[in-house]
Amino acid sequence: MEILVCIKRAPDTSENEIEVNRDGTDIERDDLVYSVNEWDNYAVEEAIQIRDKMGGSVTVVSVGDEDDEEVIRREMAMGADHGILLSDEPFKGSDGRGISAILKAEVEKKKYDLILTGAQADDGAGQVGGMLAAMLDWPYASLVNFIDVVDDKKIKVGREIAGGNQEMHEINLPCVLSIQTGINEPRYVGIRGIRKVASLEIPVHTAADLGIAPESVGESGARTKRLDYFVPDLGEGAEILEGSTEEITDKLLELLKAKGGIK
Amino acid sequence: MTQQVFAYIIHKAGVADDTALEMIAAARKLDPDASVAAVIAGDGTELDSVCNELVSSFNEVWKIDNEALAYVNAEVLRSLLVRILPTDGIVLVPHEHFGMDLAPGLSIKLDAAYLPDAVDFDGVEDGNLKAVREEYTGQVSTHVHCDISQGAVITVRPGSFKADESKSAAGKIVDKTAEAMEGALPAGARRFLEIVEAEVGDVDITKSDILVSVGRGIEDEDNLEIIFDLAKAMGADVSCSRPIVDAKWLEKSRQVGTSGQTVKPKVYMALGISGAFQHVGGIKGAPFIIAINKNPKAPIFQVADVGIVDDILDFIPELTDRINEMKG
Amino acid sequence: MEAALISPAKATVLGIPTVIFSLVIPLVGIGIFAYIIALRLKPLVKASPDPRLGRLPDRFLKMLKYAVGQYRHPRYKDAGIIHILLFAGFMILSLRSITLVLLGISDGYLLPGMDGTLGHIYAILKDYAGTFILAACLAAMYRRIIIKPERYAVPAKYGKEHTWEALLVLMLIMGLVTCDIIFEGSLAAAQIQSGLEPEVMGPMSGTWLAAHTLRFAPVDLLQNLHLGAYFSHELIFFFFLCFLPMGKHFHVITSLPNVFLMKLDKGTIKPVQWGVDDDQLDELESFGVKKFEDFTWKHMLDFYSCADCGRCSDNCPANAVGRPLSPRFISIKCRDYSFKSYPLKDKPVDGQPFIGNVLEEDEIWSCTTCGACEEECPLFIEYIDKIVDVRRGLVDDGLVPQSLQKPLNALEKRGNPYGKMEKKRADWTKDLPEDVTVKILKKKETADTLYFVDSITSYDDRIQEIGRATARVLTEAGIDFGILGPAERDSGHEVRRFGEEMLFQDLRDRNTDAIVNTGVDHIVTADPHTFNALKHDYKDVPPVAHISQTLTQCIKSGKLRLKPVEDPSKIYTYHDPCYLGRHNNLYDDPRVVIDAIPGIHRVEMAANCRDRSFCCGGGGLMLFYEPIEEKRMGQVRVEMAKAAGADVIVTACPFCMVNIEDAIKTSGLEGEMDAIDLVELIDRHMIPTNNVSI
Repeated sequence: MEILVCIKRAPDTSENEIEVNRDGTDIERDDLVYSVNEWDNYAVEEAIQIRDKMGGSVTVVSVGDEDDEEVIRREMAMGADHGILLSDEPFKGSDGRGISAILKAEVEKKKYDLILTGAQADDGAGQVGGMLAAMLDWPYASLVNFIDVVDDKKIKVGREIAGGNQEMHEINLPCVLSIQTGINEPRYVGIRGIRKVASLEIPVHTAADLGIAPESVGESGARTKRLDYFVPDLGEGAEILEGSTEEITDKLLELLKAKGGIK
Repeated sequence: MTQQVFAYIIHKAGVADDTALEMIAAARKLDPDASVAAVIAGDGTELDSVCNELVSSFNEVWKIDNEALAYVNAEVLRSLLVRILPTDGIVLVPHEHFGMDLAPGLSIKLDAAYLPDAVDFDGVEDGNLKAVREEYTGQVSTHVHCDISQGAVITVRPGSFKADESKSAAGKIVDKTAEAMEGALPAGARRFLEIVEAEVGDVDITKSDILVSVGRGIEDEDNLEIIFDLAKAMGADVSCSRPIVDAKWLEKSRQVGTSGQTVKPKVYMALGISGAFQHVGGIKGAPFIIAINKNPKAPIFQVADVGIVDDILDFIPELTDRINEMKG
Repeated sequence: MEAALISPAKATVLGIPTVIFSLVIPLVGIGIFAYIIALRLKPLVKASPDPRLGRLPDRFLKMLKYAVGQYRHPRYKDAGIIHILLFAGFMILSLRSITLVLLGISDGYLLPGMDGTLGHIYAILKDYAGTFILAACLAAMYRRIIIKPERYAVPAKYGKEHTWEALLVLMLIMGLVTCDIIFEGSLAAAQIQSGLEPEVMGPMSGTWLAAHTLRFAPVDLLQNLHLGAYFSHELIFFFFLCFLPMGKHFHVITSLPNVFLMKLDKGTIKPVQWGVDDDQLDELESFGVKKFEDFTWKHMLDFYSCADCGRCSDNCPANAVGRPLSPRFISIKCRDYSFKSYPLKDKPVDGQPFIGNVLEEDEIWSCTTCGACEEECPLFIEYIDKIVDVRRGLVDDGLVPQSLQKPLNALEKRGNPYGKMEKKRADWTKDLPEDVTVKILKKKETADTLYFVDSITSYDDRIQEIGRATARVLTEAGIDFGILGPAERDSGHEVRRFGEEMLFQDLRDRNTDAIVNTGVDHIVTADPHTFNALKHDYKDVPPVAHISQTLTQCIKSGKLRLKPVEDPSKIYTYHDPCYLGRHNNLYDDPRVVIDAIPGIHRVEMAANCRDRSFCCGGGGLMLFYEPIEEKRMGQVRVEMAKAAGADVIVTACPFCMVNIEDAIKTSGLEGEMDAIDLVELIDRHMIPTNNVSI
């Protein structure tokens, strides 16, 4: 099976607060460290496991610039066979549709059976997978937490829906899936693994290589654009209880009793 | 703005989802004068029941009624919607698991702009909608411009617009089935098989009155004991946020959130929970929410009624002792 | 001299001269034995290199102390005494065994020099040796059958009980000794009967008793007993010889060499491969142990040498709390795998699944590297290096538990397992009183001593207090010190021990550069893991001391003066951290420091102090690992402190502090038990001079 996984570079946000920069044009990036978007990592692991079972190859692709090469290389260290970087000036400022159009052009250069994306990234949009599928006219399923390859023409997938339930579908290949966290346990990638792939070639494809008209993508082609970053006025929120621990506990007990919180 | 606004309605067992009335509120915020049509797909009497409910809130209710839509498959529905929706319409869809499946592809097929996970609207100017989104799990917000002049598909975060219960409309039901089904059902490249239900746990938190809910602030599986002790003292049940289930410390049936259970308690204690919208989205019915978290900036303090800034590992055992003392 | 009985060398049975048996049995026996040994050597030839022949005098002395001197055996008193008797008996009887074999070929044979007084003395010695061997064997059988010490038990998942093997060998030994007693006794009885002078016998020894019991037996019977006992002895002896390399009694042969070849450098971890330098590591195809032949030959010898005594697992804290780790069974399983893969009859079976099959991942990740197993083993079998090697293999294949991936990634990106920002690494210094300044060592700021803080002390809210206490104490003691601040990275101690060698080297190299650039002459740290890393894992850095050593010096020299203990009613106990105590033999200094506080009342956790200290649960990456266990190690330790009558536990390691404070809470002992770090204790009791205001 020829599998393509669309990946993205994202800041590591776990321990560190994301703050808006002084003029509100971006987040404060000085102290950030980056890695591959967590959802995309699950997708690459899933692709590798499918390839190990069914044969074929896994290609990871990213739309970005030279900074994004390191995440492509990391996923290759994890086990992806090939990496491609789609990079060109006209691509900058693309909205979701623009990114999807760029990816579509790359997809059409080779015959793929399965395309995976992460269910979302830090911007919480979760849009590229569905758009790419519609552009290619391929079937799509989002929030996939289970994949079982039936044969080379169809697969069975499970989608995560409310209440912890799972929606099972059968879907024809080729298709696009967006992958939810928890579908598998991604393998570890260490310094040694990355050193091993340090000299592998990652081809860079430009708008010309992909046959994309520059005005259709990038900022000029975008219909949705981000204007600024800000921290909203938090308004009222909760009444914060003050005082010594004993005083706070007293007050809390009063409230709990009053609201029926103690049976 | 002259375009018609559409709101996709999710329903189950003959009842509209809470998001239905939130969509109306969102539409009115987008354009107070717009004509808003509910769009709904389903089968038979259950569908009719929801349509009758919706007419008092929407100007029109466009229904697609067919037995193949008894369980709505987003892939199938998308092709049907493309047949009936005008390409310059503004389509609002709830940003949840069905919406995420349907909406991105729909925007491509309608050749409309796409605005995902909007939490607020801030006016339309020269065909540009200014909206508010969040990024980085709610740590920062952004203003975005979306060119809706040629049509747009907008997904709206559930719970961000307060449901409009005014029922001030007198809409009519428009049966769009024939138009949608013209030329037969599209080929089923994705076929729905079944729902696999989550395993029933030992506790059904959806029926609990008092919930003591634990999040990442508990730090370690072995510390969960203090939560269970508190719950016992209060006569409450224990629930949790997603990270606790991901770490396999508690069963999925105890997870509160959009991908977990929806709960309607009277009192909800959020302990060591940051308050991401996916978690808060599972709390309905406006319970009295008490949040305890050592981070004063945690988003949970926005939705809680009362907050305590402290480490739950220190605070909870003392609270439990006091409650037990009080009960004698 | 006329013989009272016909000797085996001269007898005939059914017309066959028995000397033929005396030749055939040994030849066949030795032949089979040699074949088995050659087979056992086969995997060692394929194994990884392991240089063990350096520092020969040191090795020789240690072999004398531990192997010949059985120095560790009395740590389990009953078994220790029995074994010392058996071993001493074996040593003494070794000459007799050789003599016996040759006696069957050459009548009246005596070893060179044994024909005079020496020979008579030896005769008595051997009589008593045989006798106390019998007594020891009976005692051992009693223990195995009736007492059944728990450490011999075989948990169901590891298969059947091994008691049969122990009993069989005990009976073989008793058989050997008994046969000799009858052989000699029957001859002596016959000699006495015919008025000849028998060989000297030790009074009341087995031989002596046999001779006197048989004194009036008919000569025919004596003759039959004499020959019968001899050839029985031959058969048992050579059967036993060939049985040794088939099971746990291989240790009889391998013990002296295994101890001689022991690991001399405590606290270190073996390189990925001996003979491959750090800068050549990128060329290696594979890291770590993934299949059996990846082990070094010495590690394979270790597997052969395991005596199945269970002392390691009996002291293993992971085993005690129900984690799936039992060091004894690592050795036994690997030994059995080796035997199966290189069978006696068929061809070697190649490429069998090893990790995930013989050894399980959870088993391997459960180890805290506390070293209790290695401290206990009388054969000096190593476990830590093997476990690290298997971990290296797992890491190489990406098979790292999810709970460890996050801190490892954070260590790579941020130099600390918490993922916190590098620039905030020295923020802990902000809460210090004005007159305590902590210099950040750079080009313009230099100092005599570097205080290497390390990650947990820098970033953990609670442990930062230990950092601040250390800064105050160092200032009060007048020591000119500074820290690396944001340039400091995690020492990488556990990173290496969890198998991520390249990340460790990256951290080590960055730290080494930073340290060398400061130009300091000394390093001090309050973290035993850091101490061990800087001392054993790092090269070319200034000498490092643990704060307890520094405090001892300061107290002795009067630089620090201590006031009487705050609360004289409290009873203190000291918990030996693994990386101070066992790995670095630093047991006394912390005790000296505590006892220097006037009026302090300190007790020992008697059965579990010093080198028998019970691990708190582990440090570094182990804090992030989610093991399968029945209880936490910290809880077990806190219960030991309580049983010793203490209400304050003094620790000297930040990880011990975290685990023990946590255990106090989860055991419900808050209010009854307290934990305090050694430096915090001194900080509270320092009499300030002009250096620091408290």
